[in-house]
Amino acid sequence: MAGRDEIIATLAQFSLFADLSGPQLEAVVGQLDEAWFANGTRILRQGLTGSGLYFVLDGACGVEVDGEERARLSRGEFFGEVSVLLGSPPTADIIALAETRCMVLAAPGVEDFLTAIQG
Amino acid sequence: MADDQRPFPPGTYPIVVVGSGPGGLQLSYYLNRLRINHAVLSADDSPGGMFLKWPLFQRLLSWTKPYAPDGPGSRRFERVDWNSLLAEDPELQSLQAKHMDGTSYFPSRAEMEANLTDFADKAGISVRYGCRWESTARVDDGSEDRFVLTTSDGDYRCRIVVFAVGVAEPWNPNIPGVEHAHHYADVGPPEGYAGRRVFVIGKRNSGFELASGMLPWARTITLASPSPPKISVVTKSLVGVRARYVQPFEDSDIGGGCAIVNAAIEEIAPSGEGLRVTFKQTADGQIMHVTADDVINATGFVTPLRDLPALGVATFGQNKLPAQTDWWESATVPGIYFAGTITQAVPGLGKYGIPPNSAAVLGLRYNAGILARHIAETEFGHVPATKAVSSDDLAAMLLDVADQSPALWHQRGYLAHSVVASPDSGFNDLGVCPLTAFLDGGGEDGVALTMEADGSGAIYPVVYVRKRGSASEHQLPPVGLAEYVTAEHSRALKSALDVLST
Repeated sequence: MAGRDEIIATLAQFSLFADLSGPQLEAVVGQLDEAWFANGTRILRQGLTGSGLYFVLDGACGVEVDGEERARLSRGEFFGEVSVLLGSPPTADIIALAETRCMVLAAPGVEDFLTAIQG
Repeated sequence: MADDQRPFPPGTYPIVVVGSGPGGLQLSYYLNRLRINHAVLSADDSPGGMFLKWPLFQRLLSWTKPYAPDGPGSRRFERVDWNSLLAEDPELQSLQAKHMDGTSYFPSRAEMEANLTDFADKAGISVRYGCRWESTARVDDGSEDRFVLTTSDGDYRCRIVVFAVGVAEPWNPNIPGVEHAHHYADVGPPEGYAGRRVFVIGKRNSGFELASGMLPWARTITLASPSPPKISVVTKSLVGVRARYVQPFEDSDIGGGCAIVNAAIEEIAPSGEGLRVTFKQTADGQIMHVTADDVINATGFVTPLRDLPALGVATFGQNKLPAQTDWWESATVPGIYFAGTITQAVPGLGKYGIPPNSAAVLGLRYNAGILARHIAETEFGHVPATKAVSSDDLAAMLLDVADQSPALWHQRGYLAHSVVASPDSGFNDLGVCPLTAFLDGGGEDGVALTMEADGSGAIYPVVYVRKRGSASEHQLPPVGLAEYVTAEHSRALKSALDVLST
């Protein structure tokens, strides 16, 4: 299991968080929940409401539209922000392609979160 | 011991359930109803689990209204009784209110313990108390058994094991000098803090429970953690600090002796005047110091899984919760299931940031009944108990579910009532299941109904229609103050169901 310090160190490598100080990164982690997905789990569902901002800590995800893989996401990448900001359902399934660990920010906090970290 | 009258001596059982808190008791009740032989083991001496000790200041956060819209035993009573376990037998229903003295609609810890003891007694739930699970190993001898549990009383072999052991092992953060602090679990009565300066690390419910209880006693109270706290009446959900504990906010805002700061703790060190806490403010990185007599870690608990991670059980998060399938089975070790508050690890869709209520009795009690049924069907060959529904009756049946079901009410957006097309004609009512199992599990065309909330205060039914493998979502109008569904809902529901016939 990734400890809190390890998660902070991992997120510090995301370009999105490059300008944040240590306490700010700790605050970021405090707002996120850790999630774990088995291989094959659907994380986001095309066309169904309910989303969030996901940061991939470990593992890999497939981006599938109508069952066809369009892209892959891995450690250091994030997804879900577009549907949250547009207020519309995800346009693709996101499926774990391996045991995958993410940090998740629920939809209601995403806009303020992105605004705050951009300072 | 020759005179040991306790049930379930060491031996072989189809299922072993570990734990005698609400999750273990509720699961055992439903397994008994299904006539599934199982042993229940508990390290405690009596039923109750965490409620034998906590909440620390002896008053629950979850309510039971003795004077509900309808009487005890009804589904509308269950909606406002968050603490009774569930039962089909009328004499076992709605027990919590019978044990409350009327001074609060939040039961005291002792009243909750009495409620659970009463349920275990009346339901005849057998538990081998004083039997501590110590370690776990796999069995690989060609038999049906998959595990052997070593306990303080001897070995138990089983095909299925269900851990309902709570999330109750104190967790302390990795901060220099943390050995000078003590954990929430070790805090004594609030009067013991009379005239003292208290520094609380953590701004979730346990931190604010401490602060609320100590307001009349402590000289100063400081609460600190990097992130600002959420408050339930703002999130309009159970996310955040509950209304019971908001007094410290007012005290802080108006200038009492309480301070709430967003800061990362850097160090705790003894000084001539007490403990010097050094912290760095989140907003500007400014270093600050507070001297306290007591530093308390209100930093939560982890799941006491003992050697299960070494056996292959994947865990995640600060609480070290086990990763689980939609049906609360370990995602990495088949045959190991979880019940009780550990089922909070399954997030469901998590729409609008509102998680299931599986961490609390009001939610986990429904999970237990579904889990018992799932184990019976998948592991012991029970035939699913379905009920035929004609196409003409489908909308009315679902409308009744939306109007009445306490399971959907308490587990919003997480548990769903599902109905699938029958191979002959009409539909089969499958009852309540996890919504994600319906959405991702495949199968016949069908419909699943949930109650959902979006954090605005509105509560509304949602219908998910599965047609040729893909699902569509149909939100119905919110329910009003009376919480009853209406003709408007009926029209919207019938429109959603049209998808099935196209």
